[in-house]
Amino acid sequence: MQSDWTFIGLFLIVGALIPAAAIVVSALLSPRKPNPIKDSTYECGIETVGENWVQFKAQYYIFALVFLVFDVETVFLFPWALSLNQLGLFAVVEGIIFIGILVAGLVYAWRKGMLEWV
Amino acid sequence: MDFWSNPVKFLDDWLTGVFSGWGMAADAARVLTAFVGILVLITLVMVLDIFLVWLERKIVSRFQDRIGPNRVGPFGLIQPFADIIKLIIKENIYPVGVDKAVFNLAPVLMMMSVLLLWAVLPLTSFLGLDLNVGVLYVIGVGALGTVAIIMAGWSSNNKYALLGSFRQVAVMISYEIPMVAALLIPTIFAGSMGINSIVAAQDTWYIVLAPLAFLLFLVSATAELGRAPFDLTEAESELIAGHHIEYSGMKFGLFYASELLHAFTFGGFIAAFFFGGWRGPWVEAYPALGLFYFIVKATIAYWLFGWIKYTFPRIRIDKMLDLNWKFLVPFAFVLVPFLALMHALLRETSFYALGMFLANIALGWATIEILRRRAHGERAKVEGAVEMHG
Amino acid sequence: MTAAQIIFLITAAVILGSAFMVVTTKNLVHAALWLIVTLFGAAVLFATLNAGFIAVVQVVIYIGAIAILFIFAVMLTRRSMTDTGPGLNRGWWLSAAIALLTFGGLVWLVSGWGGFTKAAPAYPSGFDAVAALAHALVSPEAFVLPFEVASVLLLAALVGAVYIAFQRKGEE
Repeated sequence: MQSDWTFIGLFLIVGALIPAAAIVVSALLSPRKPNPIKDSTYECGIETVGENWVQFKAQYYIFALVFLVFDVETVFLFPWALSLNQLGLFAVVEGIIFIGILVAGLVYAWRKGMLEWV
Repeated sequence: MDFWSNPVKFLDDWLTGVFSGWGMAADAARVLTAFVGILVLITLVMVLDIFLVWLERKIVSRFQDRIGPNRVGPFGLIQPFADIIKLIIKENIYPVGVDKAVFNLAPVLMMMSVLLLWAVLPLTSFLGLDLNVGVLYVIGVGALGTVAIIMAGWSSNNKYALLGSFRQVAVMISYEIPMVAALLIPTIFAGSMGINSIVAAQDTWYIVLAPLAFLLFLVSATAELGRAPFDLTEAESELIAGHHIEYSGMKFGLFYASELLHAFTFGGFIAAFFFGGWRGPWVEAYPALGLFYFIVKATIAYWLFGWIKYTFPRIRIDKMLDLNWKFLVPFAFVLVPFLALMHALLRETSFYALGMFLANIALGWATIEILRRRAHGERAKVEGAVEMHG
Repeated sequence: MTAAQIIFLITAAVILGSAFMVVTTKNLVHAALWLIVTLFGAAVLFATLNAGFIAVVQVVIYIGAIAILFIFAVMLTRRSMTDTGPGLNRGWWLSAAIALLTFGGLVWLVSGWGGFTKAAPAYPSGFDAVAALAHALVSPEAFVLPFEVASVLLLAALVGAVYIAFQRKGEE
């Protein structure tokens, strides 16, 4: 098992080095002639107004919150899925209860209008 | 040992032997061999990526009734190499206010998040790590891609890039839930999270046992990949190019290449999870043949993504999140226990495959029926309102 | 020194360094990104300890969900990307002292523990930690009740999230 993770670690290193090498080679070979017009922020040719900050909807945050709950849930479901073949119907009933409780939460969030992109 | 039954193991042993012969410790020799192997694999993947550019351009041109690249080399095959040379010698522009470190790291992280998937991609029965948390690993690596998109969007100091990356991230995290649910189903059937074990367990392809899970995975994977009709971040008409708007030269190239490679990799996962991966006729006798089957299946799945991309119009973000949270997520949470129950009930019987298939059809029919009734109700409401207003 | 020790030292140094950057950098998005490095380092430590499931869960939950949540929160609440105010408030020495005391206390408590000098028992060959965890979590003679209670906890978290969001919507 540990050798598996050594392999993943090596993959991580090589996987980072090759794209980085592409950027470095390109930086060495490419010309560098900056000027203020070229370096200005690109907005279809219109001059940029203000900062890059825009007012974000609170909805992004709410979706991330709801997502977090269901993400944790799905992580719990993986061990359940693994042991299903050994435990049979008993595990299925467990899973149905587990998912059922969270579907109740989803219905609640839905009814409260949390899933609307307003 | 016979070379063709497991060429990778053969070369691995041979190279480890060579390194040990130079007086290296056994462990160090093995790690160095693995390093060389990974280097070769990733280089081959990058070459494949270059051809994907050509393939993508050919596919889109055929869909749009054009010929596509045909000047440079036979069938335009040299075209992507010309593209690469152009990208490498292009100027790297740093627009005003760019956060240089984050700006440069984002494309590397993006490409890395795609390359890392190849560690667990089951190319053949002997190539591709059978990690015991393989399925979750795929999800985790996807999370790194999400971070890369946020980094690119934020560091560019551009309103469009920031908006594009935020929309994309909101979509990616939303669609992750149905995707994980769809991946739970092969895990349940195979009783393992190792992707190679899942392939090995597919005596009947899982597309037969769980066509609905395949559809769920296809839709959510399209959203995860950020490809049309879910390519909000690149909604050209409103956000220009989304998170990579300010990137030029090779850094843009990395984003572009990673998108194509990501699609191909997910094509590979579709092949592995639902179409029997490297399995095919005579593969037991000649395991190396599995690579051919896998590449063919993955290419077909990649073409499927292309077909979807160039056929469907783009969907607005509110509709898209509605589709996810109000249809795909509840549907996924019905599908998973339902298929688990059917699997537990039918597993020992002789009509397992047929029963599972019919169960899927029944659930799919019920879903469509419910949707139809709802849609009729909605339409009656709208039409009633129109009549009232005269 | 073995390879495992070298990997541990490098990872630990990265975790400490990035954690230090999280609290000292003035740029809030940078702080969030450094936090991702810290969390990833923890995942690497789990992987070296052969706890593959926890390592992957660390990445899926902490980087894939919580770090994203942090970045969304920063973007929602801060008008400018960099914090212009001073990075430290007047009570910094007090919190530093409390942190040092806590750390010292922990070191003092843990230093008496005998586990440091003992080698961990080796896994039996063919032992699959993930399968064992899966079986323990779902089988009736082990942790099935905590497993179900976890879903109630998640439900409570969801209801709480909805409640907070509902208030936020009311303010708009």
